[in-house]
Amino acid sequence: MVSCVNLNVTRDKNHILHDLTLEIQRGVIMGLLGPSGSGKTTLMRSIAGLQVIESGQIRVLDLVAGSKALRHKIAYSTQSASVYSDLTCIENIRYFASLYDHNEKTPEQILEDVDLSNNAKQMAESLSGGERARLALATTLVGAPELLILDEPTVGLDPVLRVQLWRLFNKLAEQGKTLLVSSHVMEEAENCHDLILLRNGRVLAQGTPSALRARTGKSRMDDVFINLIEEA
Amino acid sequence: MSIKRLMAMTKRVLLQLKHDPRTLALLFVSPALLMTILKYVYSSNPQLFQRVAGSMLGVFPMLVMFLITSVATLRERTSGTLERLMISPLGKSEFIGGYAIAFGLTSMVQATAVSTYAIWVLKLKIAGPQVTLIYAAILDALIGLAIGLAVSTFANTEFQAIQFMPAILLPQLLLSGLLIPRSAMPRILDDISNLLPLSYAIDATKRVITNQGSIVADSLTIAVFLVVLLAAGSLTLKRQTK
Repeated sequence: MVSCVNLNVTRDKNHILHDLTLEIQRGVIMGLLGPSGSGKTTLMRSIAGLQVIESGQIRVLDLVAGSKALRHKIAYSTQSASVYSDLTCIENIRYFASLYDHNEKTPEQILEDVDLSNNAKQMAESLSGGERARLALATTLVGAPELLILDEPTVGLDPVLRVQLWRLFNKLAEQGKTLLVSSHVMEEAENCHDLILLRNGRVLAQGTPSALRARTGKSRMDDVFINLIEEA
Repeated sequence: MSIKRLMAMTKRVLLQLKHDPRTLALLFVSPALLMTILKYVYSSNPQLFQRVAGSMLGVFPMLVMFLITSVATLRERTSGTLERLMISPLGKSEFIGGYAIAFGLTSMVQATAVSTYAIWVLKLKIAGPQVTLIYAAILDALIGLAIGLAVSTFANTEFQAIQFMPAILLPQLLLSGLLIPRSAMPRILDDISNLLPLSYAIDATKRVITNQGSIVADSLTIAVFLVVLLAAGSLTLKRQTK
């Protein structure tokens, strides 16, 4: 689905990603974990085709990242809930949906998915932080995306909502979609099929949660991460 | 260019305006108020009111659309929605076209309302047809929009964006023949004014008001400026950033 080979990215003279090589299989939830500043967002932007890369190769669905043909197939939501504050929830979704040739779901279904049906006619401006994050997530469900790149989608959400969203992510993966989900909360790793641990722009480890636990002999993901850092 | 996406873009911009009744009110009330003030400022010299007020009908849409466009585009950049759109199938020409159509329509309504008010209430005399005046006002608005779009990329904050009005628009306004006929200015200033889009916009408006000569040549010149400015604006929209 996604492959990066020897990826190097520099932003404002800072070398952010160093010779990064990784592979993401179709239909999995790939967790991208690492402390803030580890390069998660830059990696996601690179895969989404929004980032000028210095060297290396990124291929998504056998196309070079950023290819025009990918615009119907990739969805990306940034950390800073990118929605129109001066439109209602349903107007936001209707607008983004109208940019795609084919939509799998109706705007109403999408709001239902993120539990915002009751806020459909509310202006995005007046949403709470968590609601706004869910609206931004909803904008990635328009069209018929095959790869969803979600930058910290569950940050700041209460536990009940977080469980709901992970259920939604699982449902999407069962439908054959691939999800790349970043988080700096290690416990969220449990919910992912596969994990990439990023530190200082390098891949510290890649594997399933159980494989990483077995490798380090630790049960809590925090400890696994610390153990892997010490090992490196 | 997809008509469906162009229309979706236009509809969204209009919808945003609709949700902002205060901006809508200001769009109509402030030009009308300024015209009224002008009328009384020149009460001892009604001739001068006829000359200046007519040209002002072209200046308002331009100033307003310049400000609205530069702030709106800047907001798209800072809120991350522009980036969201850049990975969607929306084309740059559809993005710019949507803004141009939505704000063009808005300026048409504005020009119609303000010129009607000026003609009926303030007794402004227009020798040419009002429809042509409205057409000229739309051209002026599109010039403002195109400049606003082109410069918005050089602004990182709203403060900077607004400063482009005195920096970019006002010099053009001073040289446009609004204050004194362009031919009466020093030669060098006249030459410079020939290179500025606003001069042709003001010329067109003046011609309609005095009904002297055709505005076809001015329209074509403005169209060329529009194409160049909009193309420059679309170059500043980058799908990939460093």
